[in-house]
Parts: sequence; structure tokens; C-alpha cells
Amino acid sequence: MNTFSDSAVTAFELILSGDASLWAIVTRSLAVSATACVLACGLGLLMGAWLAVARFPGRPVVLTLLNTFLAIPSVVVGLVIYLLLSRSGPLGFLGWLFSFQAMVLAQAILVLPLVTALTRQVVEDADRSHGEQLSSLGAGLGLRSLMMAWDERYALLTVLITAFGRAVSEVGAVMIVGGNIDGFTRVMTTAIALETSKGDLPLALGLGIVLLAVVLLLNSLVALLRRWREHLDGGDLRMATT
Amino acid sequence: MRVDLPASGAVVDRPAIHTTVLDLRSVHVSLGPAAQVEALRDVTLSIHAGERVALVGPNGCGKSTLLRALHGLLPIAKGRREVPQDSRIAMLFQRPHMLRMSVLRNLQLGLWLSGVPWGQTRERSQRALERVQLAPLASRNGRALSGGQQQRVALARAWALQPDVWLLDEPTASLDPHAKRDVEALIADFGDEAPAPGRLPPTLVFASHNLGQVKRLASRVIYLEQGRVLADLPVHDFFNQDLLEQRSPQASAFVKGETA
Repeated sequence: MNTFSDSAVTAFELILSGDASLWAIVTRSLAVSATACVLACGLGLLMGAWLAVARFPGRPVVLTLLNTFLAIPSVVVGLVIYLLLSRSGPLGFLGWLFSFQAMVLAQAILVLPLVTALTRQVVEDADRSHGEQLSSLGAGLGLRSLMMAWDERYALLTVLITAFGRAVSEVGAVMIVGGNIDGFTRVMTTAIALETSKGDLPLALGLGIVLLAVVLLLNSLVALLRRWREHLDGGDLRMATT
Repeated sequence: MRVDLPASGAVVDRPAIHTTVLDLRSVHVSLGPAAQVEALRDVTLSIHAGERVALVGPNGCGKSTLLRALHGLLPIAKGRREVPQDSRIAMLFQRPHMLRMSVLRNLQLGLWLSGVPWGQTRERSQRALERVQLAPLASRNGRALSGGQQQRVALARAWALQPDVWLLDEPTASLDPHAKRDVEALIADFGDEAPAPGRLPPTLVFASHNLGQVKRLASRVIYLEQGRVLADLPVHDFFNQDLLEQRSPQASAFVKGETA
């Protein structure tokens, strides 16, 4: 057997045997990304829905900046958060550097533009087609944007899942602000990077498999949601209304 | 409400009460990101209670823009729009939008947005669905209905509001002939309904490309071209070719082209 197949076998053994250190990293990683997504989505959905219908001077500039932030490298986000949270930085008093909170903050900031931009796109497309009809019924701008967001909830769930996928698979920001401290701020991506460099391939591979499974699960969820949405659009809502 | 003299296109088919329900004076509307397209130019018209006004003209002439301006959905660049304060206006679009929820909820939400307390919306919505004979579909997803059914739901949503003025933007344009007939019959029915005590008879203003429909439904026809009103006549005069030729050669050419 070669190194890869040996490592793969050991990796599966680690996963299936419920290896405590592996699953602690997985749990921490999912917790960080889920918390970051909840925060980013709470703000991003509202901002995106508002940007979709609001018209104000400078809106094109805001949209251009937003789209630019979509492509921001995670290490840059990590660096900025590091500077903000470092002892001499403006948020140094929080004492969050190399903590769970720092990683959550970094990932939330990383995915916020993604959630905002995609929500804006989804709601704006819907609003362009149907917003006027809601206005004719008496909906004001704010209500219209919220109703459109609700109406496109399945598309927005896809946005949330995409955001989670982005957060859970990034490495640069959490490495910088979390410090990859064993048992404390080590998450899947940072552990994979470290274990690979140390030559501990089974653990790296095991985490890689779990990470891949998470991403696969997320993509399957997106596909299921799409099918569920199509099913609802062509079906009965008796259960939902009674 | 302000009482006016009859407009130039006085109603001939059914009596209209000469109370102005919508009034535009020298209205200009510009569209586009930089307001570069002048969609309505110097439009002046008064619509009276009980009238059935058809807006006709070639594509892009401003029919839909005029309906939106009458509703107040578009900002008016110049001129003024007057509507009695207690007037209730409902608008129907060519492709009605159903929210991703049940038909009943769609109606309830429409009523709620118009200011009806939520507690009263269910009963009124159910009554409206019965009125358009769609009560059995109350629990269906609005998106799952056919185009004709969706338009009937939209009519029910509007009817539930008991509007004084119905603005209809080519309400049958995207429907098959059967659905077209059903929807047109409902519109005619709603236009004929006796007003509630203290309310004015229903007024219909509709855009249409279908001159047969205009003959069947309208009492007055307004012809638009490039955002201007070029003819405003009772329906019988509009379809009198000689008279129309004298009054508006452009409108006459349009009718000839449409009926050729």
C-alpha cells in the first residue's frame, strides 16, 4: 500500500471510530461558521432587500463596492480583523484575538458582502417583475422589499447555504485571527493545513473528507430546496393554510 | 368630490355620473434611469364615475404609463393629478403576480396592504373567491394556477377592495381565448355592479389592443400615440370611420390597420 491509500484507510477509521480530536475540530468549525452565517445573514438579508428597492444618489457606487467585496481575499479580511482586534487596535479592549469570537467575526465579515449582494440581486429581480403590483396594493418601499424577500425565500435559503459553504471552507481569515490553537481555535481548514505540513496525513485527510461531505451535503440541500420550490409552485398548499 | 362638466368624450352607452374620479392636467411623465424617455406628453383628461374608458394605440404609445400615472404609481414630472380623497383604486396587470402562498392568503394580504384589518380579510377574501368561482382553489398555491385563473384571482383581489375605479392593463392579452372570454365577462360584470350605499358606480379604465373588446366593453375611447392623447371620443364615434378620420387621421389609420 502507498502513503495515500494508507492515509485514506486511517482517515476513514478516524472518522468512523468517532475520534475525539477530529470530531472536536469538526464541531468547532461548524459552530464558528454557523454562528458567522447567522450574524451575516441577519444583517445581509435586510441590507440586500433594502438595496434592492432603495434608490438614492451614490447607489451605483455602493453596488460596485459591494461587488468588489465579493472577491475580497479571506487573508485580507483576516488581516483587517487582526489589526482591529490586536491589543493596540480600536477593538483591542474586547480581548477577542485568537478566540472563537474573532473567528466568527472574520467569517461573518467575509460572507456579509456575499449574502448582501446575492440577496440584492434576487430581490431586485423579483421587484423588477412584480414590485409595482405590490405598490398598487398599497405596500410601501420597506414592506415591498420584505415581502419580495419572503416570496423569494427558497432562493434566499440557497444564498444562506452558499454563504455557509464559503465560510466553512475558508482558511486565511480564521488562521490569522484564530491562531489555530489546538483544542481552542483549531478548525477544519486550519487543521488540514497544519497536519499536512506536519506530515500527519490521516488526520488531514479525515478532516478533508468531512469538509467535502459538508460541502456535498450543502449542495444537495440546495438542489433539494430547488426541487421543493418547484414542487410547491406546482402543487397544493392545503397543509400550509389550514 | 369635485363635480365637473361632461368631458368631450361624453358617455353614450351607459349613464355616467359626472363626478370626476380621476383628473390629469398637462401631465408629463418621463421614464428611464435619467428620465430621458418622455412617455406622456401634456396629457389632460377627466374620467367620470361610471365611465368605461378604453386606452388604445400602438405599442409603446403610453397606455400602460397612463394607467400607472392615473394610479399614482409613477412620479409626474410636470402637471398635476387629482383624485378624490376617499377614492379606492384597484389595478390589474397583464400578468398578475401571485405571491408564493395560497390563493386565499394572496387575497388576504392584498386586503391587508390596502388597510383592511387582518381579522376581516379571511371572510372578505372567501367571498371574493366565490364571486369569481374559484373558492375550491382557495388552498392552492397562487403560483400553480393557470394564467386565466391567476387573472381571476387578481380580479377577486381587486373586487374584494370594492374599488371605485378599476385600472386594467391589457388584462386579457396573455390569455387563451376561453380564459379571455371568462375574464372579460367578469370585468363587464364588475363594471355593471350596483355601487354600495354612498359610493359611486364603478369606473373602468382599461388598455387594450383588441378592438372587438373595446367595442364590447368601452363607452369612451382614448387614442394615444407617442405619449400624446390624439383622440378622445365616445365609442360609437371612435368606430365611425368618417368621423374619426376628421377628428384624428392617426387614430383612423390605426383602426384601419388593426381591422384590415
